[in-house]
Amino acid sequence: MATHLILKKIFNTGIVSEPAPEADLSLRLREQELHADILKVFGQAVSIRHVDAGSCNGCELEIHALGGPHYNIEGIGVKFAASPRHVDVLLVTGPVTRNLETALKRTYDATPEPKWVVAMGDCGCGCGDIGAMFGENYATCGKISSVIPVDVEVPGCPPTPTALLQGILAAVSQSKMA
Amino acid sequence: MQINAQEWNLNLIAPHIWRGQMEIGQLLALAHAVKEEGGQLQALWGSDDRHLNSGYAIHVAFHAAAGLAWVSAALAAEAPSYPDLAQIFPQADRMQRATFDLLGIKADGAVDERKWLRHGAWAADTYPLRKDFVSAPVRELDAYPFIQVEGDGVHEIPVGPIHAGTIEPGHFRFSIIGDRVLRLEQRLGYTHKGSEKRFEGMDLNTGARLAGRISGDAHSAYAWAYCSAVETATGSTVPPRAEWLRALFLEIERIANHLGDLGYLGNDVALAFGFMQFWRLKEDWLRLTARLFGHRYLFDRIVPGGVSVDLTDSAALQAETDRLEAEVQSLKAIYDEQAVLQDRFANTGTCKPELAARLGLTGLPGRASGQAWDVRAQFPQAPYDKLEVNMATHRKGDVFARSEVRFAEVYESLRLIREIVRQIPSGALHNDLAPVAGGVEGIAWVESWRGPVIVALRIGADGRLDRVHAHDPSWQNWPLLEIGIIGNIVPDFPLINKSFNLSYSGQDL
Repeated sequence: MATHLILKKIFNTGIVSEPAPEADLSLRLREQELHADILKVFGQAVSIRHVDAGSCNGCELEIHALGGPHYNIEGIGVKFAASPRHVDVLLVTGPVTRNLETALKRTYDATPEPKWVVAMGDCGCGCGDIGAMFGENYATCGKISSVIPVDVEVPGCPPTPTALLQGILAAVSQSKMA
Repeated sequence: MQINAQEWNLNLIAPHIWRGQMEIGQLLALAHAVKEEGGQLQALWGSDDRHLNSGYAIHVAFHAAAGLAWVSAALAAEAPSYPDLAQIFPQADRMQRATFDLLGIKADGAVDERKWLRHGAWAADTYPLRKDFVSAPVRELDAYPFIQVEGDGVHEIPVGPIHAGTIEPGHFRFSIIGDRVLRLEQRLGYTHKGSEKRFEGMDLNTGARLAGRISGDAHSAYAWAYCSAVETATGSTVPPRAEWLRALFLEIERIANHLGDLGYLGNDVALAFGFMQFWRLKEDWLRLTARLFGHRYLFDRIVPGGVSVDLTDSAALQAETDRLEAEVQSLKAIYDEQAVLQDRFANTGTCKPELAARLGLTGLPGRASGQAWDVRAQFPQAPYDKLEVNMATHRKGDVFARSEVRFAEVYESLRLIREIVRQIPSGALHNDLAPVAGGVEGIAWVESWRGPVIVALRIGADGRLDRVHAHDPSWQNWPLLEIGIIGNIVPDFPLINKSFNLSYSGQDL
């Protein structure tokens, strides 16, 4: 009975996935050596490990949303993985708390080279009013790049899933920065 | 104020909200009276009042039959302490430990004196929320003595702080035999951002933005509680239309979170279909929210004195509530029929009503364990006093019950949104705050999708924030997750955890 209902619902819903956005290269902070060459070898697939380094959980809402059917990220080769040892990209939200500083550094070290780091959100990027509000204090180290090297910063409070995807694609795009 | 048929010297400062100062002995007597009456301790925090020609103070927010009672007792300036309240209300334990970590105010006679929010980023003999605290970060190893379970075949699984999924950071220490959990111990505080310290000296408008980011997924609830506390403190009024819009935002937030959770509950029992369907609906809902109000999660739409955005296209909202209701009903029919899902939900992660009452389980998980409290229903502030909220409850206290309460609350919030759209008065969106003369204080509670959020604050004579405490219902609900998992198998933990969906950031502050 349930199977019948499920199939009917799937049929009636149809496909809601939308075309992927273009990479936004303006979000890229630095060009890693052999960037384009490495990505030729990688092909089109990229694995991501999310690290919450002290977020208010607002950014996490949008990372979850990215997993929904509208964005179809696995369809364009983007996949979230359970271990930093399995990934190419660390997606980090913050401000980095001092209570998580060590865990973030260890996660970075556990990620095999070559690797890219995407900092997400105004706190993680240290930008705007909200970045300033959550700046360095007795409990936090401030933005992600004050603790580990960052390749791409995606600002916003929180950034939309589309903006986030543009940032992730910018990290692993073969194109050079303008 | 009447508590347990006794009269207590507290003043009514807002509808269903009472305020009083008393000696610590009297506060203890009041705690006993609340307990006997069937009430709960909702929040406990401290403050450094030495700049006010006093010592320190301990503050408790009790939930009594007549409403919320915020009582404070002055403590000595040297070696401040107060009698342990966890013996009366076990949920006070972690709040007391955090109060010591942040202020050096000690609970005399407490059984558990381990640190809680302090890991090793500041020295043990320094206290960040003292006014004379000087930030000098240190880097100690967080040596935390977990309680060990001993015996043949017992072993430990440490999990976190970085988890395998996209969730917030925390450490879980499982002691197990085979697949069965004997004990779970949590270690939280990883996302401690020093938020309460950041409030100090902040202007009132910026404070609303910070309050909304104590736990981002309950943004509107926190922002409303904060603004309402500021308005009580300053004696300001809010235009009626703004009050109705605040309720609209709170219900939109509740629906968005419940849809996401219902999807993840399906996902955690391998029903990927449920995840994809509910997250399709959630995404449509967020996009409509962004189109109507300019932000997918309504960040910074509630401001001191009112709201910053109006509802202009009520027809679109009305149409979407009708469509969403039909969609959720069709998915509920599938969840009800899906044998594997029902089998995994039923009798998993059970918190019985008696235990929930004894340990102070609150909010949504509380209502799923027979704790029939909803601030919107019993202690309504405008506009809920005109809406008559139907509270959703269940007595089974398992994953199934928490899922059922979510479904019922989605339907009820959709009904409330229709009512709000139908009844909302026209008029201004925002009043200027009344000017502050001297130090003033205020408190408010708002039923977030997770449970009651409390914000208590004091504004200094300079018109800036002097002390703000924001309380998340996760404080008292986390320990029940430790209990709910006992006897379950390890692979059911993600499902049980998701069915509670507690905030880390909200309790880590």
